[in-house]
Amino acid sequence: MKFGVVVFPGSNCDRDMFDALSQDMNQEVIMLWHKDRDLSMFAKEDCIILPGGFSYGDYLRCGAIARFSPLMQSVIDFAHQGGKVFGVCNGFQILCESHLLPGALLRNSHQKFVCKNVFLKDTDNNIFKIPVAHGEGRFYADEKTLDDLEDGGQVIFRYCDEKGQVTDASNPNGAIRNIAGICNVNRNVFGMMPHPERATSEVLGNTDGRKILKDLLMSEELANHLA
Amino acid sequence: MEVTVKTAEQLRLTAAEFELIKEKLGRVPNFNELCAFSGMWSEHCSYKNSIKWLKTLPREGAKMLVKAGEENAGLMDIGDGLGVVFKIESHNHPSAIEPFQGAATGVGGIHRDIFTMGARPIAALNSLRFGKLEEDKTQHLLAGVVHGIGHYGNCFGVPTVGGEIYFDPCYHTNPLVNAMSVGIVKAGETVSATAEGIGNPVMFVGSATGKDGIGGASFASADITAESTGELPAVQVGDPFQEKKLLEACLEVIQTGAVVGMQDMGAAGIICSTAEMSAKGGTGMRIDLDKVPTRQAHMKTWELLLSESQERMLLVAEKGREQEVKAVFDKWDLPCSVIGEVTGDGILNFYMQGELEASIPAHELVLGGGAPQYDREYREPAYLQEIKAYNIENIPVPENLRSIADRLIQLPTIASKHWIYDQYDSMVGTANASTNAPSDAPVVSIKGTKKALAITTDCNSRYVYADPYKGAMIAVSEAARNIVCSGGQPLGVTNCLNFGNPFDPEVYYQFVQAIKGMGEACIKFDTPVTGGNVSFYNQNPDGPVNPTPTIGMVGLLEDINDKMTLDFKEEGDLLYLLGSSRNDISSSEYLYKVLGVSKSPAPYFDLAEEWALQQKLAGLIRNKNVNAVHDISEGGLFIMLCECGFNRELGFSIRTNQSVRKDAFLFGESQSRVLVTVPASKVSEFENAMGAFPCEKIGVVTSGEVLIDGEDWGSIDHWKEKYDHAIENYLIKEEAGSALASI
Repeated sequence: MKFGVVVFPGSNCDRDMFDALSQDMNQEVIMLWHKDRDLSMFAKEDCIILPGGFSYGDYLRCGAIARFSPLMQSVIDFAHQGGKVFGVCNGFQILCESHLLPGALLRNSHQKFVCKNVFLKDTDNNIFKIPVAHGEGRFYADEKTLDDLEDGGQVIFRYCDEKGQVTDASNPNGAIRNIAGICNVNRNVFGMMPHPERATSEVLGNTDGRKILKDLLMSEELANHLA
Repeated sequence: MEVTVKTAEQLRLTAAEFELIKEKLGRVPNFNELCAFSGMWSEHCSYKNSIKWLKTLPREGAKMLVKAGEENAGLMDIGDGLGVVFKIESHNHPSAIEPFQGAATGVGGIHRDIFTMGARPIAALNSLRFGKLEEDKTQHLLAGVVHGIGHYGNCFGVPTVGGEIYFDPCYHTNPLVNAMSVGIVKAGETVSATAEGIGNPVMFVGSATGKDGIGGASFASADITAESTGELPAVQVGDPFQEKKLLEACLEVIQTGAVVGMQDMGAAGIICSTAEMSAKGGTGMRIDLDKVPTRQAHMKTWELLLSESQERMLLVAEKGREQEVKAVFDKWDLPCSVIGEVTGDGILNFYMQGELEASIPAHELVLGGGAPQYDREYREPAYLQEIKAYNIENIPVPENLRSIADRLIQLPTIASKHWIYDQYDSMVGTANASTNAPSDAPVVSIKGTKKALAITTDCNSRYVYADPYKGAMIAVSEAARNIVCSGGQPLGVTNCLNFGNPFDPEVYYQFVQAIKGMGEACIKFDTPVTGGNVSFYNQNPDGPVNPTPTIGMVGLLEDINDKMTLDFKEEGDLLYLLGSSRNDISSSEYLYKVLGVSKSPAPYFDLAEEWALQQKLAGLIRNKNVNAVHDISEGGLFIMLCECGFNRELGFSIRTNQSVRKDAFLFGESQSRVLVTVPASKVSEFENAMGAFPCEKIGVVTSGEVLIDGEDWGSIDHWKEKYDHAIENYLIKEEAGSALASI
């Protein structure tokens, strides 16, 4: 399989994602330009990644303009055809703005940008230490949507403490039900606020992000091979 | 409009400078030309009151790839065909008036200085000074400055990896905001700020020009008074999204090979970039100002010349290759227009609708050319006599040192700054190796190599106030020590010299002495001064700020795996203090803030002793004799022990040295001391390596208890709780205010 990383004007985690996948995890990665439309080199099992940053300056609302870029039209089609799409931070915001994922990302409840290591747990209760870096990361949706997400097992990450307890104190932005990441019903579109690509390098002293990228994005066979 | 000496004075030029301008031009300048001189001969651009002394600093070294002051930033060789580009700059005056935009554009400006040379910025730092945190004004300034730095840096996408913050009443009206950027460039891909090749097109790139920041350079060259708060338009407005695109486009356009020279537009805007590039290239320019894209109608010539609108670049390209250049900027949706050409007569001619509006020899405008250079008088400040009267014997050792430690760890200058740095993206770029393993200086990996940089900013201005000569030496030494403690080899310095009004002889004395001390220390550590910035007039009717010569220093680690960290690793590791304990509490946070003694000498310091310590320490780290290293700085040994314990929640049990006062041992800030830990299994190796070097075994790492001479001082968690929450406890009021404002 291969990865495509979309570069919007204002993307600033695109290179980090490229380095994490190509250097730390030895994957094939192609950089994609927002003005292009062609995704024909990607098959269904490949993955398009919307990286973090401030696409189009985050003017209007985070991700609101990126949604209308030429390449996003192709990415939306790709997702509807079952291709894998993964958004991190600003990428998650773009996925919500594009209605590929439900809900919205609101301004952090404490009104400030926050960058630090936090703890997450997945649906199997694996605990990860992963950095967050955002000003608008407070996930929000109405009660019905939230219940549907929970029932469908679509809440893929929640903020927790070091021991896995889901508490208010471990929630860095006030996200409803401590939600850090979700996926769509068909489980081919994923979004999360924390940055797994910032936790894949031994030199930086944290490789918890590798398992996240493997589990989410790669076929079981490939993930086992890497493990 | 008739131009007279009065006009000149209104533009902050002196009568003598007006005469000099007339002499240089051979005629009376018109208003546009006078404005050009006003901007270019301002303190900010001309260094007219400092250059004489700056030239005495050590500005040469084998690894320097450009001469100090010749380009927008320093450039040093780090091997493997790579160079490091770095510079620190102040944005004090704008931040005092409009903290958010003032700080934001300070960050934007310093990054532009780095990428205009062809380097990609990989790390940012900042050095901040505010008044007392209890004051509403301080809380407003702090919240605005931090928000501004975060807003710009986070979006621009360069990690803020470190810095320093001090709180002292002397900065109440004049906060200091110094921003540093560090970038990496491949050999052969650097770009010079020069205009060469007669007939080559001069291109204007980036944001359209507006009326913001007009006169910013001369504004930064005046004291802050009640009236200056009405000068709001002198503060620029930044757009980090635009700058991010400009960064990518500039680095891409360099790859075309069509770029002859490039300079960012910072202080004094178009006039500064055209004058400096032409003067450097020995050329002139013909510029059609009406071709400059504007965002406001009817801008006048002088406004176009002086506007400090952000995110703009001036670029000289090879004739005939304009389209190649334009194509890159088109790709990034950035305006790019040819506004003139390089000429051979050395004269800057500015036209509007075909009419010549200003004509000035480029050389006459710039530093090293026609700009004046002054000798200023100086004399020893009277307050230094009061400092000499200090005697430690007059200060009894307090009874309850534990409760003093309790206050000390919650002082804003000492307590955790996480409320501040959590608002900065410190990890974008995935190169900050200190996030998960703290060290005295942040360590940033250079991707694609095994190398890393250790980077720091340092200046304890109370030491400089107490003894400008020694205090500046300490600032350089502490920077070098932080780098050595992190496993790096100090490479070079950039400085940001924040002082009061240079016309005050007592202020100028501080400046001269600080330069002398800085120079001597830089020679000792073989760290040339590659460039920097002078900010005078940090003064208000109540007086000047403490002399604050901030040192930005870059060090190199050949292999990032040689990095050393400061956190205790394991219970049972032994604690050693390198260097000599002294009966010294001078100028410490303890003496000043807790005991309330405002005038005392700088702490003990000896340059030779410091140098020997750093050599010894580098060897210990290289040979893996130690497993944690932290230098003794503000707050003294007790605070350092706590800081080492926090990361893994380990405590310590120590015995104080009976030959010195207990308060001096625990809280003194006597220099050239470093705390290290040694695993029990390596003690004999370590002690052999130490030989006769001054060093005392002081105790052991515990599982969490804190014991001083056997007395229970609580657990490390107790101290961490206080350390972590002190600053936010001060800020609860401000937070409530801004939450209300956002509703």
